[in-house]
Amino acid sequence: MTRKRKPKLAVWKFASCDGCQLSLLDCEDELLTVVDEVEIAYFLEASRAVVKGPYDLSLVEGSITTPLDVRRIQQVRQASKFLVTIGACATAGGIQALRNFKDINEFISVVYARPEYIETLDKSTPIANHVFVDFELRGCPINKRQLIEVISAFLQGRKPNTPAHSVCIECKLRGTVCVMVAHGTPCLGPITHTGCGAICPSYHRGCYGCFGPMETPNTASLSAWWSRLGAKEQDILRVFRGFNAYAEAFRKESEVHEK
Amino acid sequence: MQIIDRNSLDILFDTLKRRGFNLVGPTIRDGAIVYDRLTSTADLPIGWTDEQNGGTYRLKKRADVAVFGYTVGPHSWKKLLYPSVQRLWRAKRDGENFQFITEDEEVSKFAFIGVRSCELHAIAIQDKVFINGKYIDPVYKLRRENVFIVTVNCGKASGTCFCVSMNTGPRATFGFDLALTEILEDNHHRFTVEVGTERGAEILREVPHREADEEEKAKVEDIVAKTARQMGRTLDTTDIKDLLYRNYEHPRWDEVASRCLTCGNCTLVCPTCFCTTVEDVTDLTGEHAERWRKWDSCFTMDFSYIHGGSIRSSSKARYRQWMTHKLATWIDQFGTSGCVGCGRCITWCPVAIDITEEVRAIRGKE
Repeated sequence: MTRKRKPKLAVWKFASCDGCQLSLLDCEDELLTVVDEVEIAYFLEASRAVVKGPYDLSLVEGSITTPLDVRRIQQVRQASKFLVTIGACATAGGIQALRNFKDINEFISVVYARPEYIETLDKSTPIANHVFVDFELRGCPINKRQLIEVISAFLQGRKPNTPAHSVCIECKLRGTVCVMVAHGTPCLGPITHTGCGAICPSYHRGCYGCFGPMETPNTASLSAWWSRLGAKEQDILRVFRGFNAYAEAFRKESEVHEK
Repeated sequence: MQIIDRNSLDILFDTLKRRGFNLVGPTIRDGAIVYDRLTSTADLPIGWTDEQNGGTYRLKKRADVAVFGYTVGPHSWKKLLYPSVQRLWRAKRDGENFQFITEDEEVSKFAFIGVRSCELHAIAIQDKVFINGKYIDPVYKLRRENVFIVTVNCGKASGTCFCVSMNTGPRATFGFDLALTEILEDNHHRFTVEVGTERGAEILREVPHREADEEEKAKVEDIVAKTARQMGRTLDTTDIKDLLYRNYEHPRWDEVASRCLTCGNCTLVCPTCFCTTVEDVTDLTGEHAERWRKWDSCFTMDFSYIHGGSIRSSSKARYRQWMTHKLATWIDQFGTSGCVGCGRCITWCPVAIDITEEVRAIRGKE
């Protein structure tokens, strides 16, 4: 297959820490091949040089938190043939979505000397709440191997291999001993979307749910078992109020445990 | 029946190694007894045991120096006979065509140490699936044909064991090269040895041994009888196929679905579950492609995905599929139950769903 021109890649930032887009720069072994295969047309973390749109593939990081974001994401969508959101902010609202459970005006009045300069939305929301998203890549941060898989799949016009099942399956494929069963350590693995490589349990820690809810999460059943392992209501509330707090399954479960 | 003493176990290990076998068996890692490479008997969980119940597993120190004083852990032998992740082939673009690069595998000869009777039954079930049917799985066959099996008759049962119900133990009756029973007495730590194959006899000839006396033979019977009485679980298999076929719409399926996490742990720890998925990947350049096989689980949505969606979208449908396959449709498909009563699915379920309890509930309120 010969391509007439290299596809144009753009990387966009909304409310986020930049960690996910830096995952692309972290692909040290693959980076030269990436540049061979795509034209990096808009990626401010990597270069000030900007090539005009439209773009064949847009990677969007971050959540929508301001009225300007709402307008800008529309422009990004219009300029993009294929739009992929990367990371917990873009796919679930991120850690900043903790504001969604409180009154934003109270924060503004306490945090800022001149609140009248602050123009913000009362909720931090995922990109898919605003525009059509072609593909969502989970994680806080995303896994760089999965990012390469998504770009490779895009280039070949195939579906990426990014399963939506539990982290448990990844632990079992690795042969990791279950920390919940063998150590009594509370773990979110059974309800969390796989993709990280099941890192935490391999270091004897419970899963923190960085990749958000798996395809069919039974949060109520897992919470009940956490209680039996000694977790208090407050603990359960807090684990669901992490990077993916505003993902629907985690949000609903956290609300059950809120006083 | 022969006798070897405790020191001769080391000689048995050395003999197997000298014959080119890589030893794999129980060893302690991360708070559990897993199956991994062994270099000597010192790698075995000497003086350790396990306590198991629904959703819990804990290592405990024993008061003695038993070498095999525990039951089965989170791993099963399937991880060696058909690896969890396996590349099947690679391909390279070649102008307008492409070239297959097949995997030429060199697989080392394994000696499995400490295989339990339920696990022999599980291996026999997987043999049926992978090599005894119409279609032979080359990955499994390559690994399976060289394996030397040293079985251990169980000296204890765990809280989730129910091999007696499934008629699969605790005494090994087939499928081994050598079968040991550990006799642990104050001044005399020894093993009885039964020879299962000519290959087993050949190995034993290089290990100091003597004929077992009548008292020692009786001890073996006592040990396995005691273990049989210790079963932590029971499962009444009377009419089980028809029982489950009659009860597709039993309300218990909704009840278990309310607890089931659909995480897939039960299927992956099960020593007979054999399902895999295939992933085709290409690299960034599009010049290379690979096909990988990975363990899969009937608890994922992808498992039953066909054009338009997943057939088993509810967790009720998925749990019912798994349990009905294991205990009922397996019988139609392969002529045996798919369950060997090892109890792993009960212990390693994060929320302690218990297959024996589910059968009891369905039977009780039919």
